[in-house]
Amino acid sequence: MIRLTIDGKTTEVERGTTLLHAARFLDIKIPTLCYHPLIKPFAACRLCVVEVKRSWGMELVPSCHVACQEGMEVSTGSSHVLAARRLVLELMLARWPNVPILRKYAAELGLEKPRFASPLRDEREDACILCGLCVRACDEVVGASAISFAERGIGRRVATPFNLESESCIACGACALVCPTSYIKFEAEDHRGKPPEFLLDPNTAIYMPTAQAVPKVPSIDRDSCIHFQTGGCQKCVEVCEPGAVNHKMVDEEIEVEVGQVLVAIGYDTFDPTPMAQYAYGRLDNVYTGLEVERMLNSTGPTGGRVLLKNGKPPRAVGIVHCVGSRDENYHRYCSRVCCMYALKFAHVVKERSGAEIYNFYIDMRAFGKGYEEFYSRVLNEGANVIRGKVAEVVQAGWSKQKEGALLLRCEDTLIGRFREIPVDMVILCNAIEPRRDAEQVGRLFGLSRSPDGFFLERHPKLDPVATMTDGIFVAGCAQGPKDIPDVVAQACAAAARMMATISKGEVEIDPVRAEVMEEYCSGCRVCSALCPYSAISYVAERKVSQVNSALCKGCGTCVAACPSGAMTGYGFTDRQINAELEGVLAV
Amino acid sequence: MSRNGRGFEPRIVGFLCNWCSYSGADLAGVSRMKSAPNLRIIRVMCSGRVDPSFILRAFQLGADGVLVAGCHPGDCHYQEGNAKALRRVLLLKRMLRDFGIDEHRLRLEWISAAEGERFAAVSTEFTEQLRALGPLVLARRAEVA
Repeated sequence: MIRLTIDGKTTEVERGTTLLHAARFLDIKIPTLCYHPLIKPFAACRLCVVEVKRSWGMELVPSCHVACQEGMEVSTGSSHVLAARRLVLELMLARWPNVPILRKYAAELGLEKPRFASPLRDEREDACILCGLCVRACDEVVGASAISFAERGIGRRVATPFNLESESCIACGACALVCPTSYIKFEAEDHRGKPPEFLLDPNTAIYMPTAQAVPKVPSIDRDSCIHFQTGGCQKCVEVCEPGAVNHKMVDEEIEVEVGQVLVAIGYDTFDPTPMAQYAYGRLDNVYTGLEVERMLNSTGPTGGRVLLKNGKPPRAVGIVHCVGSRDENYHRYCSRVCCMYALKFAHVVKERSGAEIYNFYIDMRAFGKGYEEFYSRVLNEGANVIRGKVAEVVQAGWSKQKEGALLLRCEDTLIGRFREIPVDMVILCNAIEPRRDAEQVGRLFGLSRSPDGFFLERHPKLDPVATMTDGIFVAGCAQGPKDIPDVVAQACAAAARMMATISKGEVEIDPVRAEVMEEYCSGCRVCSALCPYSAISYVAERKVSQVNSALCKGCGTCVAACPSGAMTGYGFTDRQINAELEGVLAV
Repeated sequence: MSRNGRGFEPRIVGFLCNWCSYSGADLAGVSRMKSAPNLRIIRVMCSGRVDPSFILRAFQLGADGVLVAGCHPGDCHYQEGNAKALRRVLLLKRMLRDFGIDEHRLRLEWISAAEGERFAAVSTEFTEQLRALGPLVLARRAEVA
């Protein structure tokens, strides 16, 4: 350990610590421009200079670049230091007068206007100040070296080789991330494997799926992680103190033997992009229900505040019910949950932003316990409800007052008039859909699906959690759209059914099984070729076929095929079916 | 029920598989869909259980038409029982002509448990088709029986 004194405070630091680190450890503020904690120091901007006492007097050194030494005495706020910093900033401000970070530091140092005039004066707020963070991040962290400094002296600038589109660039966005002036902008739309409602959050390759994720562990998106593209970076490993980040982990398949399966694969939400009239994805401030849910979440991107893209609260919000559901062109069914969450949005958005609320509905379906009461409460709070489908959402116009505002066109069927309602934000209550892989999952478990694509229960009234396949149960929105109380009830019912089988310790099977009457069997083996379960074997010594009743499922295909009538299917014998035939045709 | 000409109500026997078509018929009922009441349903576990002799026996006993209905190809509860039904019905259709029975009196349909509407449509349409064909008259029915 090394002892040193900074601004009169004595501290102990590990060997190799820079003066900047030691000072920040002591909560002493030192301005920096070309420094980034995850990139090697560059000492180019000279804004972080401090004074160090030497035998020959005081020396100005860049604190980001100089290591602490035993007995060092450092001053970070002396008049020399401040004068040096001021001069550096003055020179930079002469060239880049409007860059926010320079102006901020200048204000802190009491610098108002530079004394110099520069022929290279650049008025832009997002001008490049040549700090070199992007170049070093690309080279050192990413390992792509796609950008570099070009030319020298006053011509110096950041560029790709020959100013051409660089093949080495992997579009990771690291340069834009470290740029202190936003000169480099990253416009690639990348979704990083997240559900769309989370796109409001900042995107990183290592992320926590939700704030309440279980297990509460971040995961790395292999496709967008720089390490998997260049082998470099691994900055997450550096900053993780317990050393929990491991890039060598691979997905593994685990085989588990189970006797029963509950299929609860949930649902997808309808993508409203094809309904071009609602302008989702085309106009700003048009959101889907889940995106708004995310916005209202206190751990969400806005901390629970209702904000427009420009950071201001909306003055009026339109909530559109039945987007994609109860619609002949998309889904004919009712998604059940939307009316109530739309009313919840009306309540919460009004409470948090004070905005005027307009709900556009076809029929208000407040069907559950306490729901109708909530509907009246929202009405009493002053939410406007308009009975009519929204025809289109358009830009309101380009006058200064209306800038960014949206216009909802609809027919108010209760007053029989066409209306145009200006709003700042539109919330689309999009339909619940079957999961996009529901068909494959259904094939896997032998489940059939109703015409709307949701899994079919064994009986709509008498057996709503079992399926046609023994031991396979369904619950939740995989079986059909439903709200949380209904999902919980159905899931509990399914779990109870499964527990009952487990605690019984044995499975009851239908007595419908095939059996061979050996005295009639000629041993032709027509039956064994037909059996899909290989339940029929041939007994060579008696020259007859035999059915393994544990394997037989009782379909009766062998019974129908047996040429000698030796195969009987209990419950559905030839005699029984013929008697039924006589019965049904008797009259 | 009049068996001659006008007011003729065909008698149809339907062999429905337990998992798809019978559930589909149930759904049609539960959903209160309208369909012709002429179909007399016999439940079998699988359309593969339908022995061609049942179909012939039904015609012999006075049925004007026979419907065999099973799960859609690939959806069979017993993997491929419906494929076996398809094979048997196609073969039997060739033989029906030799018995003097119009092959359109035998019909094979795939109706899933979700297709209540389809079940209602098929039974109504088949009834109409048989009504147009008229009653099935088998020569020397008494002797065969």
